[in-house]
Amino acid sequence: MNTIKYEPIIGLEIHAELLTITKMFCGCSADHSSLLEPNTLICPVCTGLPGAMPVLNKKAVEQSILVGLALNCTINEVNIFARKNYFYPDLPKGYQISQYDHPVASDGWLDILDENEGTRQRVRIRRAHLEEDTAKLMHKGNFALIDFNRAGVPLLEIVSEPDMHSVQAILSYANKIRAILRYLGVNSGDMEKGVLRFEANISVRPLGSQELNTRTEIKNLNSFRSLTQASSYEINRQIDLYNNGLDVNLETLGWDEVKGETYSQRGKEEAHDYRYFPEPDIPPILVDRSWVQTISSQLPELPDAKNKRFMEEYGLSLQEVRSLTYEKEFADFFEKVVTLSSSPTKMIYNWLTGEFTRQINERNIDIQKIPVTPENFAQLLDLFSSRVINDFTAKEILVEIFISNKNVRDIISEKGLLQISDENYLTDLINRILSENPDPVKQYLAGKESLFQWFMGQVSRETKGKSDPQVVRQLLQKILKNNN
Amino acid sequence: MELYNLSIRKAHELLVKKQISSVELTSAVLANIHRLDPKIRAYLTVVEQRALEQARKADIRLHSRENITPLTGIPYAVKDCFSTRGIRTTCGSKILQDYIPQYSASVVEKLNNAGAVLLGKHNMDEFGMGSSCENSAFFNTHNPWNLERVPGGSSGGSAASVSAGLSLFAIGEDTGGSIRMPAGFCNIVGLKPTYGRVSRYGHIALVSSFDSVGPLTQDVYDCATVLQTIAGKDPKDGTSLPDPVPIYTTSLEKSINGLRLGIPREYFQAGMEAGVETVLQDAIRVFEKLGMQVQEVSLPHTRAALPVYYLILFAEASANLARFDGTRFGYSTNQKVESVIDLILQTRQEGFGEEVKRRIMLGAYTLSAGYYDAYYLKAQKVRSLIREDFRSAFEKCDVLLAPTCPTTAFKIGEKKQDPLTMYLSDIFVVATNLAGVPALSLPCGFSEGLPVGMQLIGNHLSEEILFQIGYAYQAETEWHNMHPLIT
Repeated sequence: MNTIKYEPIIGLEIHAELLTITKMFCGCSADHSSLLEPNTLICPVCTGLPGAMPVLNKKAVEQSILVGLALNCTINEVNIFARKNYFYPDLPKGYQISQYDHPVASDGWLDILDENEGTRQRVRIRRAHLEEDTAKLMHKGNFALIDFNRAGVPLLEIVSEPDMHSVQAILSYANKIRAILRYLGVNSGDMEKGVLRFEANISVRPLGSQELNTRTEIKNLNSFRSLTQASSYEINRQIDLYNNGLDVNLETLGWDEVKGETYSQRGKEEAHDYRYFPEPDIPPILVDRSWVQTISSQLPELPDAKNKRFMEEYGLSLQEVRSLTYEKEFADFFEKVVTLSSSPTKMIYNWLTGEFTRQINERNIDIQKIPVTPENFAQLLDLFSSRVINDFTAKEILVEIFISNKNVRDIISEKGLLQISDENYLTDLINRILSENPDPVKQYLAGKESLFQWFMGQVSRETKGKSDPQVVRQLLQKILKNNN
Repeated sequence: MELYNLSIRKAHELLVKKQISSVELTSAVLANIHRLDPKIRAYLTVVEQRALEQARKADIRLHSRENITPLTGIPYAVKDCFSTRGIRTTCGSKILQDYIPQYSASVVEKLNNAGAVLLGKHNMDEFGMGSSCENSAFFNTHNPWNLERVPGGSSGGSAASVSAGLSLFAIGEDTGGSIRMPAGFCNIVGLKPTYGRVSRYGHIALVSSFDSVGPLTQDVYDCATVLQTIAGKDPKDGTSLPDPVPIYTTSLEKSINGLRLGIPREYFQAGMEAGVETVLQDAIRVFEKLGMQVQEVSLPHTRAALPVYYLILFAEASANLARFDGTRFGYSTNQKVESVIDLILQTRQEGFGEEVKRRIMLGAYTLSAGYYDAYYLKAQKVRSLIREDFRSAFEKCDVLLAPTCPTTAFKIGEKKQDPLTMYLSDIFVVATNLAGVPALSLPCGFSEGLPVGMQLIGNHLSEEILFQIGYAYQAETEWHNMHPLIT
């Protein structure tokens, strides 16, 4: 059978909630995801009461410009808000204030690494526009309840061109956008709170073809997991349709997390006509060059630049560097420890991405709230590398500082954890252990060298893990040799 | 003179001199409401106890002589399109028949802070859509000069109220003549200020880019006094203007000698009742006598103003009225419905009147894919031509004079069945809303026993000059001092 190889063509829309203090058009707090009672962060404006009017939050525009700059976009001089008209109970005014033909930013790009192919690839960004979030609907029995705390929170919609050709590529792109937004401090990146939501536009075509086939759009993907699962399901579904001589319909799809399937929400015939027109309550916003320059001067070092610098300054590979820079706070922590510590950089890297990360994951710690100070961690590493404590003790203390962040030296003296490297003491101890265990000594001397580790273990047990393994090793080798 | 017929200026003098109290004044107006409003029907809601309470507070303020403003203790009312905390606000519609807002419009807050006494809410055409008050979902308001006739609209309740002594002044709203036209029909003064001069926050929007909040008063002095209080930048309204507010009342007596009065040729060609034209010609002679230079000017795109106005109105109104969906406030259908979308559709079907539904449908149509460019966009382009007409006219003259309405007040029911004829009564007033410029309507005589209004149209933010000219005219004439005899 002649199987055709297909190439997926994917564009992504990312809706990112901005981290402004107040909502986009009123003075209500935008911090809707903190555990609050429903409808406690509301006012006449964000519940669409008759007569209430929107007043634009300048910070939302500034944050959007910042994102536009980070994504290499043109920042448009004239920003016009528009009304997007449709009825739904989560949309209190019966229209969403959004941007239509005059968005904040357009025509940008972002380079990503396609993990499958390991190649660098450029994804073009079509536009980034500001809009207001909707209320949240909750269903209880026969009722639908509406919580307006989220209504009016600023959202930035970042729309890519259909430049991605694998699920790996969209994952890489989405992750990178998330990292950039976090670096810019404009989005918490907290996926569980729904601060990033995705929509994927997908079509497939025979590899090598230049035609564009009918696409479908999957709405409301709220996690990286559902983004990747829904996308790969949809790619395969479309390929199956073509392989069976069928066609793909232009439609909007939902994603059923439980069944692991996409399903049709509405077809082409039911497509909304949003009847956009300029929002008369908000005068056009003029973004002049000097405003852009002021904002541009606030741009922090972004992941790509940081990766490059880390590779050069710390002699790490790209792979290694990326595990440090994915979260800005983690990269900052690493750099602080490097500055404070006299231990080798590679060792700091190993500890941070190893034991340290394990603690963070096991304890489900928010990377923005690392409970350990860089000073304390640097001290721990230095005491270890200067052999004041051994590996076992260092790990024990690490656990301790994750719990209390007590000073490392205090923990050592309180618990008597100083490493034992006193040769006289250890020689006496080894001699005693050997004399108490004549059989293993005989076997070892007869050639069963694996017993060396057993003797090491005995010493460690007697010292409750505090003995300096290097010293013990040397002494043990010497004494066993003499016993021969 | 009866207390309820006092001007604000006179009432203020008496209040400050302690010859009357605000409670006396307010009670006199309330008594007049009891006496006459069953005939006029200007009010949708009267808040008697609350008004007397506010009057008592105003008296304390007057007594202490602290923080007294020209409006302290003055009873007034607002068109029912302004949100008033704790007071039913219907906008003339069944869909808001029981709606009690949680907040007050900025203009109401400002008047409240000034110590003015709110009497209640005035009848209006539903959501401001109408020129006769006949589109109110509740009842018709009658013209105090002839109870068989309309008071004009949409601020008809407000104009009838001020004319009949049911409030010393009123706050209305003018989207396309809704203050000026009823002011003209009822022989009072009405100002449509420059767009953005007065905050719209809390005004239930009809056309966000036209809506202008303004006063209806007995004379120009009072009008200047009220505008003084309500004008200025409001942080809650992004379209309100930051320009400083002049002290209008101090410059009223400035000479208008030598100012140039433009007569737009097209307005006098468009056709108006003979009686209206005669009265207008008399007024022009008064201005000449006052030393103004009268000259003809042209506003070449006048013919397009009415269609452009209605196209933009339909479009914006269709979106502005989308929030009335029966889910959070106001009327909600009692019918059993299958889905939330059905609930919204059914509520709107039952809650809106015919004219409102007609305009929403037209608006949704003109904004829809494939029609936007031909209707909405083209209308906006013509709108800028109309703005340009005014801009160039104001290079040649200081103000323009035009009739407020081509006719005097028509009979109740006369035009109700013919929306197009009704739309034509707005022909002289809508262009100013398209251009965003201010216009002051003044009483200028009578035709067959019915009042005729004229409007002075000024350049952007020229309210001060409009008041000066209006004040000089009223110093020379008596029309504004004539009160209807209501039997």
